[in-house]
Amino acid sequence: MFSRGYKAAVTLPPLLWVTAFLLTPYLLMFCYSFWSVSPAQIIVHSWNLSNYGELARVDVYWQTLLRSMWIAARVTIFSLLLGYPLAYFLSFYGGKKKDLLYQLVIIPLWVSYLVRAYAWKTILGSDGVLNTLLQYVHVTKHPLEFLLYSPFAVVLTLTHIYTPFAFLPIYAALEHIPHNLVEASHDLGASPGQTFWKIIFPLSIPGVVAGATFAFVLSLGDFLAPLLLGGPSGIMISNIVVSLFGAAYNWPLGAAISFCMLLLVVSLLFLSERLEKKWSYA
Amino acid sequence: MTVPRVAGVKQQSGAALLTIRKVAKAFGKNVVLRDISLDVAEGEFLTILGESGSGKTTLLRIIAGFETASSGEVWMAEERLDRLPPYRRRVNTVFQHYALFPHLTVEENVAYGLRVAKRPEAEIRARVGEALEKVKMSPFAKAKPAKISGGQQQRIALARALVNRPRLLLLDEPLSALDANLRRQMQMELKSLQREVGISFIFVTHDQEEAMVMSDRIALLRSGELEQVATPRDIYSRPATAYVAQFIGHTNLLKAEVRAGIACCGSLQWPVALPDGPAQFSLRPENLRLGSDKPASPTTVRVRGSVVHRAFHGATELIRVHCADGITLTVRIPAGRSGVTGDIVLEFSAEDAIPVRESPERI
Amino acid sequence: MKRHNATSRPSWLLFHALAVFAFLYLPIAVLVLYSFNGEGVGGFPPHHLTLDWYRTLFADGPIWDAVLNSLYVALAAVVIALGFGVPAALALERAQFPGKALFRRLVLLPLILPGIITGLSLLMLFNVFGIKLSLLTIVLGHGTALISVATTEVFAGLQKLDRAQEEASLDLGANYWQTFWRITVPNLKLPMIGAALLIFTLSMDEIAVSFFLIGRDNTLPLEIWGRLRRGITPEINAVSTIIFLFSLLAIVFWYRLRVRGEAPAEAEVEVVTALEGGVA
Repeated sequence: MFSRGYKAAVTLPPLLWVTAFLLTPYLLMFCYSFWSVSPAQIIVHSWNLSNYGELARVDVYWQTLLRSMWIAARVTIFSLLLGYPLAYFLSFYGGKKKDLLYQLVIIPLWVSYLVRAYAWKTILGSDGVLNTLLQYVHVTKHPLEFLLYSPFAVVLTLTHIYTPFAFLPIYAALEHIPHNLVEASHDLGASPGQTFWKIIFPLSIPGVVAGATFAFVLSLGDFLAPLLLGGPSGIMISNIVVSLFGAAYNWPLGAAISFCMLLLVVSLLFLSERLEKKWSYA
Repeated sequence: MTVPRVAGVKQQSGAALLTIRKVAKAFGKNVVLRDISLDVAEGEFLTILGESGSGKTTLLRIIAGFETASSGEVWMAEERLDRLPPYRRRVNTVFQHYALFPHLTVEENVAYGLRVAKRPEAEIRARVGEALEKVKMSPFAKAKPAKISGGQQQRIALARALVNRPRLLLLDEPLSALDANLRRQMQMELKSLQREVGISFIFVTHDQEEAMVMSDRIALLRSGELEQVATPRDIYSRPATAYVAQFIGHTNLLKAEVRAGIACCGSLQWPVALPDGPAQFSLRPENLRLGSDKPASPTTVRVRGSVVHRAFHGATELIRVHCADGITLTVRIPAGRSGVTGDIVLEFSAEDAIPVRESPERI
Repeated sequence: MKRHNATSRPSWLLFHALAVFAFLYLPIAVLVLYSFNGEGVGGFPPHHLTLDWYRTLFADGPIWDAVLNSLYVALAAVVIALGFGVPAALALERAQFPGKALFRRLVLLPLILPGIITGLSLLMLFNVFGIKLSLLTIVLGHGTALISVATTEVFAGLQKLDRAQEEASLDLGANYWQTFWRITVPNLKLPMIGAALLIFTLSMDEIAVSFFLIGRDNTLPLEIWGRLRRGITPEINAVSTIIFLFSLLAIVFWYRLRVRGEAPAEAEVEVVTALEGGVA
């Protein structure tokens, strides 16, 4: 029913915009990753694989990437462990307060990321809220130094930030499970535990995959929480990129790392799409 | 420029308003309409009847302009219609679920077509008032569509279309959402409204009774092809194909073999004016009667059988009779007749066995 | 919908839920509480409750400049994201064209892509074309990244919109342009307002993309970031508390609008679940 003119009018402007401001920059990032920097700090447009060679050769890039993935994996697991039972509780036992409780989970999402990360810093610091509280009630005599400037602080903060993200798709998946399936399972003699593991959980897997993808990908690329709370042992891959684009002034090498991250993220998205399709029965 | 008439379609008295010529439509490999040719006369009430999936809605959407035909042409009077966008056609539609705009009041819904045509405000007010009056909905002018009943929404949908004074009104199963009583009432109202405004209606339905009650002519569509286009009376008493005979009302289909002017179906035999070979006949249940053993005219056909089932239908009953040779006949008799049990004799006149084709004759 | 009676509820689930809520709200509570603490951030228990930090805040010129910059950026981002995101949703729902699958993935990708990649790739673009970094470059970054939000919201709204509405409009003589403004837009009012609120809030808070595109003028998050590096003061708690209150107002506003519009759509869920069918 829509004319060609209509379709062109709605397609072309966003298509051009996206080409100019998303596709071109990604391609440019790809180009940059083959260039290099001269000793005089000028970007040389010569095409070679030396940046990728350096990534493969120098251990610190690998180790940092692995550490970032390990941090992201922990964030993902903790977010799911916190988010899933909460979603289950709201969906099945929320009763009349369900909507209110749902909003309560959403509200922290509207509070600035930076502000929440900063709040954790004030809690975990050596003269922060937690340490002074512990000393005030005489649990500890000296501040616990491992709380701040450690991978622990980064994982804690990112878990705090991504738990609502993990919660949302799981909750949506649970809400889409028809009530009568649970009744049918009980009717056929399954206990609540059996019903959960045989009916509810399998049907909620697409939500779990979506939530996990969100938590993993976004925490993998984070650089602000490590800068604020991570200390030297909490450095993540994006921090290296930030320094390469800043003080270290090696944009091409930074572009190469960024491009690898882009590839990693896109392949994770494809993988999660596959998994969700596989486990979705709609 | 003259529009060629389509051969094989019986013309109404008026001139053709809409001419559909060899229209076909396919969605990918899925052929929905094949070679449809049809005329609609000025002031005619034409019903497109068919089962779901027969292509009737697609045909309507091609006329309205929401779909483009894969081939063929649609003409309105002397104007080629199928190349115009929907908003340039003097055709309006009453949608299946009315498609009233939920964010506009009843009045604003009706005024919509006039507003976008930038008619003067005074004229809009007058015509909207008149249209609401006509469908007896003036008291609801300020209501939102969600606040009025299905039957009332139906009327608003009608008023919204008619206020634009289209030359042709399309109605896509407009009564299907109403309950049976309201539906019968709306059938009457719709028919008298059509006579009053005098414009052509094309009405799409899957309900054969509705089609029979309302239409000047019925176009019966089957899997994208026209089976027959005729008046309700003709389509009932002279069905062209076995499908038409079965789709409209009840019938007995008799498969017979014609030899030397005699049709033979098991032990049944009757004279026909057909060439030799296989043939099919439609015999309406009301054309069968309870017979006797008394001598009869040569064109009366008699058969013995036993009653296996009786179904009460109010004024009449339908009884199912197993005859010899494995033939089962359905017979309509006045309700409450006694003695119709066990073995009985049935008879019918040879001219009531209407020869029907297996598929429509290609035009 | 009540699915179980309360008696069958395992009590550990309730405790778990309470614990998660405590975890989610602890930093926010600390933030608000210490904005009134006379002795700076940290240190238990808080001493000398005071409004001094709010006074300092209101006299702090650079912070308010940054707030104004952020407001400008957020409003401009809303305009860009809706201006291109709404047609993009229409195109995705209604047009077939070569490269459509790639287009869809590209539009939605920034939703889940770490901000650093979006920010850096745009930085390189601006650098190559010699465009000076300024608030404008941040606007372009936010607008582009947040098209995804507008597109997912509006796309979900379009799928609930009965196509016959627009057909009826065309049938009644309205052309495509009139139909768009008179029928399509009013029917998408709620998803568009939801998207605008979400885009506005996300832009106000955004830091990862802005980090790389910043010129001389700071946005509020970058101003806060700069001060955090210099040291912690409760003034930041105070400004964060005020932003939090505004966010709460936005949520309440949106919630009431939704209840009145009888649209059960959850903006956030749609954005997040868009990843299931959309990006991924």
